[in-house]
Amino acid sequence: MTDTTASAVPLDAAVGSHAPAMRFSEVSVRRGGQTVWSEGTFEIPSGSVVAVIGPNGSGKTTLLQLALGLLTPATGEVTVLGDTPRRGNPRIGYVPQNYSAALGDVVRCRDLVSLGLSGARWGLGRQREQDSRDIDAALDAVGASEYAARRMSHLSGGQQQRVAIAQALAGQPDLLLLDEPLANLDLRNQHAIVHLLGEIRRTGDLTVVVVTHDLNALLPIATAAVYLLDGHAHYGTIDDVVDSDLLTHLYGTFVRVVRTAQGDLFTRAG
Amino acid sequence: MLVFAGAGWQSNWFDVLQTNFMRNAFIGGALVAVASGLVGYFVVVRRDAFATHALAHIGFPGATGAVLVGAPVTLGLAVFCTAGALAIGLLGKQAAKREIATGSILALATALGVLFNSLATRSAGTVTSVLFGNLLAISVDQLWTFLFFVIGLVAALAWIARPLAFASLDPQVAEAKGVPVRALGTIFMVLLALVVTMAVQVVGTLLLFALIVTPSATALALTARPVGAVLLAAGLGLFCVWGGLVLAAMFNLPPSFFIVVLAFGAWLATLAMSIMFERREVVPVGDR
Repeated sequence: MTDTTASAVPLDAAVGSHAPAMRFSEVSVRRGGQTVWSEGTFEIPSGSVVAVIGPNGSGKTTLLQLALGLLTPATGEVTVLGDTPRRGNPRIGYVPQNYSAALGDVVRCRDLVSLGLSGARWGLGRQREQDSRDIDAALDAVGASEYAARRMSHLSGGQQQRVAIAQALAGQPDLLLLDEPLANLDLRNQHAIVHLLGEIRRTGDLTVVVVTHDLNALLPIATAAVYLLDGHAHYGTIDDVVDSDLLTHLYGTFVRVVRTAQGDLFTRAG
Repeated sequence: MLVFAGAGWQSNWFDVLQTNFMRNAFIGGALVAVASGLVGYFVVVRRDAFATHALAHIGFPGATGAVLVGAPVTLGLAVFCTAGALAIGLLGKQAAKREIATGSILALATALGVLFNSLATRSAGTVTSVLFGNLLAISVDQLWTFLFFVIGLVAALAWIARPLAFASLDPQVAEAKGVPVRALGTIFMVLLALVVTMAVQVVGTLLLFALIVTPSATALALTARPVGAVLLAAGLGLFCVWGGLVLAAMFNLPPSFFIVVLAFGAWLATLAMSIMFERREVVPVGDR
């Protein structure tokens, strides 16, 4: 994962070459006696970069919790990497929302990445050499090696997000789930993190699912989106989803879709 | 010049240090310092300082109640602290955040402690030693109990240290990785209750914070390496307790006073140092 040059091969080329990374069939989820969303029937192809979008409270995080086995569907069936979701699946890397805010005050970046690999192991025992190499590789892949020995609380938001991604990557997952990784970042850092996710996707053979409230930032790398609309979960390729009528409906405010002469796509409200 | 009762420079302090009760105090203090360092790291990282304080107060009626019914003080403390720990653990973090409810319960616990003491002896001796500790009265029986506690604590922590650190530092990911975050929280509170039971007998319920929390906070300000911080906290605790005993012998004043002053002094010095040498060179993330 050291090759940082952008590949010329479009991401779509790899999509659909394996069994789906996630399969939802007739899934509905309930929380506190209320249905969050229902009628979720879709497949996320292996190797895709999927944005999960929808207004606040529409159940975007809930979708990740289903995949992580933290929540079971009220009806229907969820399959992740060919299996029933279960907590502690080492093939899944996860970066929660508001990650750094939830952390203890005092933790070094490297220790945090290390916990992602071995934190669930009981008993004593020195760190395995392979773990140590995996930690270094993950920190290197996100460009966080130089501040690996520093405390998380001493880093900028963008740096913290990189370390969080390194932690999720250290186990060499097949599926990377990120919950609002761009929130609280300035534009430059948003671009840097999106660029990093694109690199990770290119160099490692994995599926990336990103919950985001801002589809624009993710458009350069997204191949598809799950959108939570009117209490239902839908899936569409990025070209289907980036549609003025759909986005206007989704966010409840007029959204325009603009395609520049260079082929860049973006959306804007109003 | 004012002359305080018995206080002042003691020229025979070195002889005092060699008495049996001092020997017991040195051993007991060392055991408690090590135990405090071990749990203190997690207390600071988990932001459980207030829960620690609460447990100490809950232990007060346990100690005086034990005197009332003629049971060992250690037993009374252990029963009340463990019950309190289970309650806090099962109610979760919110329990410590309900400041008014918790504060009221602590006031009730203290009132019960005074009541039990009044019913038992009508003397202030027990109350004083529970509130402020009485390291110089540690018996050989208590030392054996302490040793037993410390061995249990070390064994339990050796087994759960890594998942507990994960659950403490990074609860969301730990949960997703299959770590039983809530159960570990409760187990930790019970281990903490054992340490509180010991530490109350050294520095008392009112000063316990200075032995369990302050040295660990100092250590964590100096290093964020988990093992390093635990060792440093235990070493610092040991320095405070033993230093406090030596100073107590020199000046014929309560060791609790000197223990707390040393712990506070180390913390203050570290704080001043970290303000003076504040280095937060935040490297902006650029495209590399």
